[in-house]
Formats: sequence, C-alpha cells, structure tokens
Amino acid sequence: MEHVAQHSDPHYDQEASKLGMWLFIFTELLLFGGLFIVYAIYRFLNPEAFQMAGHELNITIGAINTIILLVSSMTIAMSTSALQKKNIGLTVLLLEITIILALIFLINKYFEWGVKFDHGIWPGSEHLLNDMAHGEVLFFGLYFVMTGLHALHIVIGMIIIIVALNKVQKGTVHADRPSLLENAGLYWHLVDLIWIFLFPLFYLIH
Amino acid sequence: MQTATQLEHEVNYLDYKGKYKGIFAWIFSTDHKRIALLYMYSMLTMFVVGVVLGLAMKLELIAPGKTIMDPGTYNAVFTVHGVIMIFMIVIPGLPAVFGNFMLPIMIGAKDVAFPKINLLSWYFYVLGAVLVIASVLFGNGAPDTGWTFYAPYSFKTGTNLLPAIFGAFVLGFSSILTGLNFIVTIHRMRAPGMTWFKMPLFPWSLYGTAWIQLLATPVVGITLVLVALERIFNIGVFDPALGGDPILYQHLFWIYSHPAVYVMILPAMGAISEIIPTFSQKHIFGYRAIIVSTLAIAFVGYFVWGHHMFTSGMSGTAQYTFSILTFIVAIPSAIKVFNWISTMHKGSINPEAPFLWAVTFIFVFMIGGFSGLVLGALATNVHVHDTAFVVAHFHFIVFGGVGFAFFGAIHYWFPKMFGRMYDKVWAKVGWAFFTVGFLTLYSPMFYLGMMGMPRRYYDYLPEFHAGNILSSLGSWVMTFGLLIVVINLFRSAKNGAIAEINPWNSKTLEWTVPSPPPLENYDEIPVYGEKDGPYEY
Repeated sequence: MEHVAQHSDPHYDQEASKLGMWLFIFTELLLFGGLFIVYAIYRFLNPEAFQMAGHELNITIGAINTIILLVSSMTIAMSTSALQKKNIGLTVLLLEITIILALIFLINKYFEWGVKFDHGIWPGSEHLLNDMAHGEVLFFGLYFVMTGLHALHIVIGMIIIIVALNKVQKGTVHADRPSLLENAGLYWHLVDLIWIFLFPLFYLIH
Repeated sequence: MQTATQLEHEVNYLDYKGKYKGIFAWIFSTDHKRIALLYMYSMLTMFVVGVVLGLAMKLELIAPGKTIMDPGTYNAVFTVHGVIMIFMIVIPGLPAVFGNFMLPIMIGAKDVAFPKINLLSWYFYVLGAVLVIASVLFGNGAPDTGWTFYAPYSFKTGTNLLPAIFGAFVLGFSSILTGLNFIVTIHRMRAPGMTWFKMPLFPWSLYGTAWIQLLATPVVGITLVLVALERIFNIGVFDPALGGDPILYQHLFWIYSHPAVYVMILPAMGAISEIIPTFSQKHIFGYRAIIVSTLAIAFVGYFVWGHHMFTSGMSGTAQYTFSILTFIVAIPSAIKVFNWISTMHKGSINPEAPFLWAVTFIFVFMIGGFSGLVLGALATNVHVHDTAFVVAHFHFIVFGGVGFAFFGAIHYWFPKMFGRMYDKVWAKVGWAFFTVGFLTLYSPMFYLGMMGMPRRYYDYLPEFHAGNILSSLGSWVMTFGLLIVVINLFRSAKNGAIAEINPWNSKTLEWTVPSPPPLENYDEIPVYGEKDGPYEY
C-alpha cells in the first residue's frame, strides 16, 4: 500500500521527539524526587546517625566516579556536534569512549559496594540490624536504593547509547535526523545530573 | 473547513490489510484506532473479572456471618477487585480507549505523535495485568492488603504481594507513556488553524489528564518500588521496627493516588462536554470556563492528598489546610456542572442513549461530589472514616463518574468506531436497568456508613441486614443492565444498521471522516478557518 512508504519521512518531527524526551526526563526527575524527599525527611529526623554513616563512604571513589560521569557527559555532547559536522568516525569514537567511561563507573561501583558487603553492610544484614542505630539503617537503606537505582539508569543509558551508536554506523541516524542520538545525550545528562546530587548528599555532607 | 468525504473509497481501519495477518495485524499494529480497540477488549476482559469479584462481595454481604467465603478470602477479593478496577479499568479507561481512538481525529491528525510508543504502552498494560493475575494464581494466596498496599502490612503479610506491586508499577509506566504521547500530540499535531481555544473539550480534558499522569505517576512508582525492596531486602524506610515511618508511605501513595482520581474523572468530564452540546444542538455554555476548570482541577488536585489521612495523625494546621483545599477543588467541578446544565437550557434536546448516560452521569457525579464534601469536612470525616459511607462515595464518583461517562462515550462514538448503529431501544433498556441497579446498590451504603458499618469486613451486625440485602439486590439488577448493554453493543458491531457519517449532527472533526475511519483518517489534513469551531451549531 502507498501509505507504508509515506510512513517514514513526512511523519518525522524532530521537535516532537525532543519534547517527548524532555517530558520523559521530567518523569525520571520526579521518580528520584520521591527518593530525595524520603532522604530529606530521614536526614532531618536522624542528623547525627546520617553524619556517622556518611563517614563510612569513600569520598575518593565517589569523586573519581563524579569526574568520570562529567567527562562522559562531555564526550556524548561532543559526539552530537560531530554528527552535525557529518564526521561519522569521530561521532562513533566519542560514543565508544562514553560507553567505556560508563563501564568504568559501574566497575568502581561494584568494588565500592563490595567493600561495604565485606564490612557486613547490606540492606537487612545482621551487622546493620543489630549493631547500628535506626538512622544508620535508613542511611544505608537509602544509599543502596538510590545508588542502585542510579546504576540501573547507567545501564539503561548505556543500552540507549549502544542503539544510537549502531544506528549512526548504519546511517539511519545522521545530521538531518539526529533525534535518537540527541535524546540519548539528553538521557545521559539526566543520569549525570542525578549523580551530581547523590554525590554530595551521601559522600560530602558531614 | 474541508470535509473528507472523498476518502470513502478507501478501505477502513477494520478491514485494512497490512504486513501482518490475523491477530498479528492487531497486536503489531501502530494504528491508534486498532490500539484503542486492543485496550478496549483487554479492559473488558479485566472488567468482567472485577465485576465477578464485586458480585461475590455483595453476595457475601447479603447476610451476617459467613455466607460464601471466609474472612481471608474476602480480604483477597476486595484487594484484587480494587487493584483491577482502579489500575486497569478506570485509570486507563477513557484516555486509552476513546483518547487513543478520537484524539488524533478530533484535532485533525493522522495518528498520535509516537505510534510505536503507543503500542508499547498497551504491551505494558497487558504485562501489568498478567502480573496482577499471577499474584492471584500462584504463591501463598492472593494479596490481601487492599488496593492501597498500606505499609507496614504490605511487607509483613505472607501473601503473594510482589507480583501485584510490580504489576501496578508496570501499569503506571503504561499510563505515563500514554500521557506523554498525548501531550506531544496535542502540542505538535493540531490541524492548521485549530488554536488552543478552538480545540474540542475532550482533547482539552485529555491534555489536563496527561499532565497529571506524567507528573504524579512516577511518585507512586518509586513508592511501590520502595515497598517491594522493603519486602525483599528490609531497607527500613517504611518499617517502624527499623526506624522508618509507615505514615510516610501513605503520604507518598496519596500524592499520586489522589491526582489519579482526576486522571479518572477529567476525561469522563471531557466526554460529557462533547455529548451534551451534540444532543442539545447548541454551543457549549462557557467553553473557556470548562477549560480553565479542567486545568484548575488538575492543579489543585495535587494539594489535597492529605484528606485521605485525616485520622492517620497529622497536625491540626495540616488538617485544616487539606480540608479547605478539598473544598476548593470542588468548585471547578461545580462550574462544569453549571455549564452542562446551561448548555441544555433552551437547547433542542434529543434524548438518545448517549444523552441519557450523560445526564445520569451529572446526577450520580453530584451525589458523589457532595458526599465527598462530607468526607472533606474534618468533623464528619472522623465520624464516617473507614465506613461503608466512603465506599458509597467513591463508587458514586469513580464508578458512577467514569462508568456512566464511558457508556455514554461508547454509545456516542460507537457508530464512528464500528460504522454501524446499535439497537437504540435495547440501549435505553440497558441504561434503565443499570441506573436503577446502580442507585439501589450504592445508595444504601451511605446510610449503612452513617450508622457505623465499617468497610472491608466480611461480616456485620444484625441491624445492618436490611440495607445490605437491598444493596446486594441492586448489584444483580445493575449487572443485568450491564449485560444488556454489552450484548447489544457486541451484536450491533456485527449486525447493526450501517451508520451515517454524522448520525448525531455533531460539529467536531471526527464526524467528518468516514465511519469507520480509514487507516490515516484524513487524505488531506483539515484546515480550521477563522469562523470554524467545534461547537458552532
């Protein structure tokens, strides 16, 4: 049928894709917003315990991960510019760097969580339930939930970037049709932004 | 304004043959009209389950003591009834069926902005439904917490709650995607010349609804995730034994779930705002007032969640504030009622089935609304809190509101959707039985609640017997009416008389395309001129 052929280009609306992505980002912010409210309330109720528990976290690893994410945000932003300049090779390279940086972030996270587990700290662990104050239980509960959910978003973001990377290589995402890559970038900046709030809330406030 | 009658030679969306055959032509279709029907049939399936559970509860309550089920089963039945009816019927209800079908046509577009995401949202709906059903069929018994999943019982109970919680989460995601799609569609795809204030009121109500879906659902999403994690890992946030606060759960839950009430009712009001002017053959009274009140409801609706928790322990200041805001949110709803009545005033009224459903909607909605004010006032709230009065109130609002509007809408748009007209006599007979049954079923609960009969018990004191018998009788009459309506529609979809393009002489755009509409609705996108409008009778 003739409609099938029509279905691709006349229906492409870059503004609409971007608007849709921004709305989706809005929902993600609200999702984490719920957690930030819970955090704020329990921090207000248990200031000392939160302070004590915060000392358990390793600021160095947190800072390194922050830098990694900031750099990855930069590389994905550069990849969009490279696509606009029709430099496919550079676009692909920058996206690959972004993915590798995301992977390094996750590896750091793995070791960071591993150290906590070695110290007997995980949600519902005996050490946590028997030896620690309620505020500390809540701190670590929220720490694992929020950084865990954030790590899940890193994984989702990586999948989106890999899809975008594939389509750039295939040529279906190009300078005149960049929505998917731009949306991947927007999503990645969101993931970055959430970390920017998580890092001081858990690691830095003492 | 152009009419699109030149399209009549084109094959309609029901007969259209695409890439896929048989059932795949439907479940892989990104056509907004087919997705709407997919939603409608899957909702109907779940609705049958919900109705059977409701009937079982009314049968249990026909006499004091155990009638057909023990208390544990009763708890499971009202929980699953609530989860199905709220998350799978009334929240997606009008947006997913009539929104999907009519929104693009009413604003002069060929489809929604993201057809694939639209289909994805239906897949999420089915996944969510399967998860909830799985929680009933497998594991250690069906969920028994009530549809609200209140902490701490929701992570202490031994029943199979996790699939139900994840099901509700996935259904929320489906709802978000629908909302997102509608917002972008309305922003980007209105026909040339259709300015914001020339848009029909049903799309307007979908717009307000979509924003609520988008802004409120993520909060309940994360709250349900926290309950699930609490169950699996003991993270402590809602567990008083670990320093958490179960009241915080109630706050987070109702921050979504109160606005969700407006996700249910706004599109219903939108459909009524289409039906009333059509069957009065008159311009809608107070077009802008209806739009402003829609947006006002969507906005103020965010700030009233505390009225679900007046007895949970909160400061006096918070109680007064939530109470006064609850009264304020009633004002825009009342404005709409005045507008509908004024539209009918001196109109040329055509009492067809859709109009009868719409007028009954106004009637039951007002009873539901006024009883809502009784609950919003602090002193009376304490008296009737957690009684059958509350059950009566929200069934009048939610089932009365959404149910009557849904049936009004289906009788209104049926000739457009299926290209055939239903049997008008049976439609009215079904409406009459349904309405009488509905009022007999729920009205006695107001009285029972005032007298102190608590909700959510399988048993009651002997003095409540008479009211409960009446209520159970009503449930049978209502179901009988429901059967007439559904059977009539199903038969007519196959064998009804061929419908005209515009059988009701309506002025909105969907009545300019053939019935049923062709795949892309319009050959040429219609253009709204200076003097065109959706209600220019």
